[in-house]
Amino acid sequence: MLNFLGDTVTLTRRNLMRIRRTPQLLFFSSVQPVMFLLLFNFVFGGAVQRPGIDNSAYIIFLLPGILAQTALFGSIQTGVGMAQDISKGVVDRLSSLPISRGAIVAGRTLADAARNVLVVSIMIGVGTLLGFRFTEGWLAAFGAIGLAILFGFAFSWISLTFGLAVKDPETAQVAGFLWTFPIVFASSVFVPVETMPTWLQYFSKYQPLTQAVDAMRHLTTGGGSPEAVLRTMLWVVAIVAIFAPISARLFRRAN
Amino acid sequence: MAKPIIRVTNVTKQFSDVRALDNLSLEIEPGIIYGLIGPNGAGKTTLVRLLATLITPTSGSIEVAGLDVVRQANEVRKIIGLAGQYAAVDEFLTGRETLEMVGTLYHLSKKVVRERAVELLEQFSLADAADRPAKTYSGGMHRRLDLAASLMIKPKVMFLDEPTTGLDPRTRRELWEVIRGLARDGTTVLLTTQYLDEADTLTDYITLIDHGQIAAQGTPSDLKRTLGADLIEIRFTPKDAAAGRRVLAGIDEEHLIEDVIAGTFRLPASEGSKTFLHVAQAFEKAAIEPEEISLHRPSLDDVFLAMTGEPKTEGKGE
Repeated sequence: MLNFLGDTVTLTRRNLMRIRRTPQLLFFSSVQPVMFLLLFNFVFGGAVQRPGIDNSAYIIFLLPGILAQTALFGSIQTGVGMAQDISKGVVDRLSSLPISRGAIVAGRTLADAARNVLVVSIMIGVGTLLGFRFTEGWLAAFGAIGLAILFGFAFSWISLTFGLAVKDPETAQVAGFLWTFPIVFASSVFVPVETMPTWLQYFSKYQPLTQAVDAMRHLTTGGGSPEAVLRTMLWVVAIVAIFAPISARLFRRAN
Repeated sequence: MAKPIIRVTNVTKQFSDVRALDNLSLEIEPGIIYGLIGPNGAGKTTLVRLLATLITPTSGSIEVAGLDVVRQANEVRKIIGLAGQYAAVDEFLTGRETLEMVGTLYHLSKKVVRERAVELLEQFSLADAADRPAKTYSGGMHRRLDLAASLMIKPKVMFLDEPTTGLDPRTRRELWEVIRGLARDGTTVLLTTQYLDEADTLTDYITLIDHGQIAAQGTPSDLKRTLGADLIEIRFTPKDAAAGRRVLAGIDEEHLIEDVIAGTFRLPASEGSKTFLHVAQAFEKAAIEPEEISLHRPSLDDVFLAMTGEPKTEGKGE
């Protein structure tokens, strides 16, 4: 157990070092969500109907959603990074060392969670420039950031499962966008789900991202709903409980 | 033979649609450089991955230094090193960081990690590049760093999967010296290679694998001898031909082969280079200077081509 923790720290540091030493990657992976924020705010902001929050700017509706979405998109990198390490032989090398197998996987997801902290902070900075303000106090604000990171961490395990299944970084990248797109757009990130057709609402109302976004709205600006915080936590636990064992199995089988 | 350090007993490895190894058994003596050769898809890499505990056999058993690679995998990992053609070195880490990371993952103390890294950087001529990211390294430096990383501990067995593939001739020779140094220090080295000259000069013992089974085994010279004796080939200038023939006939008239068209003679070197020296001395005594005299041995290429069958379709095992 002590070795597991130590090895996880070592490998998390290694993965973070990669992020630090390839600043261009970090730059572009932060620019993308910022562009989302700017585009949606200025292009769709005027057109989107906002029941119940008519008097506030769209940014107040949009930013909590974009934060959760950013964490979700960030998790795609977990699968890509793992596929990269497999195809380059890094995983073979690590597997020949007397370390816990779990540490290789945990080091990956933890490093990506740490990167998400940075990207989410940048987003909050940009959102603040556009007029966004936390209204629920410091504790709730930190809770919101923590929830976004936790949410991304849970999805890292789904991404990891895909990465281990396809084993090729480029395929993992393309596949990553494929499974995240329906989750992102059929959610309450950009528009209220009540505006969608009824059949779609069955999915979009209850799916994890909508819950996370509603929880974020609650914790940042008092919108959304308090129950969503609990539902998000349940989703996080469920996703990790399902996908961590699957990815562990795939990892063992891949090696 | 001393107690084998590696013992592979009746090992079969079945991937979903390919049988990569088929009831293969072999033993490796400690302290030697052991070569695995064979066509692509023969099962070399599969065998290395099994030995290095990366995959487990479908049936059969494997012991490394008396430890079972399945039941005692973690114990095995504490005494082996693995490096290969991939050179699994992180481009964004410096040489020193790579060594220190691997050392930390071997659970060495901080002090030992730091000292051993400095030592290895020095030994592998990487000291000047120690604090540069590996992406600035040449191909040879990458392989050296990869090898050095495995040596953070003193492994009992080192597995090298095509360690010199893609390197230029000079860099390959440098790496050969490093590998010989490992064996001198008591590490048993098992390497796979596509280069038969490499297997010939570097290894003490060779196993040729084909279709997941052993096709031939022996020391490099044993293997070549199975294809027949070496031949001494001699060519004279026309004026010396008759006198030269008389000298050769005096040595072994019965086996002398004369190629009139090419103007050459061949004599089996039944005792290898000893026969060669004998022939050379005979010419010196007769004051004849052959235009050309050479010892021809069947090469490992000949062995390879003679012993392996048709190439099989690329398997997942390689």
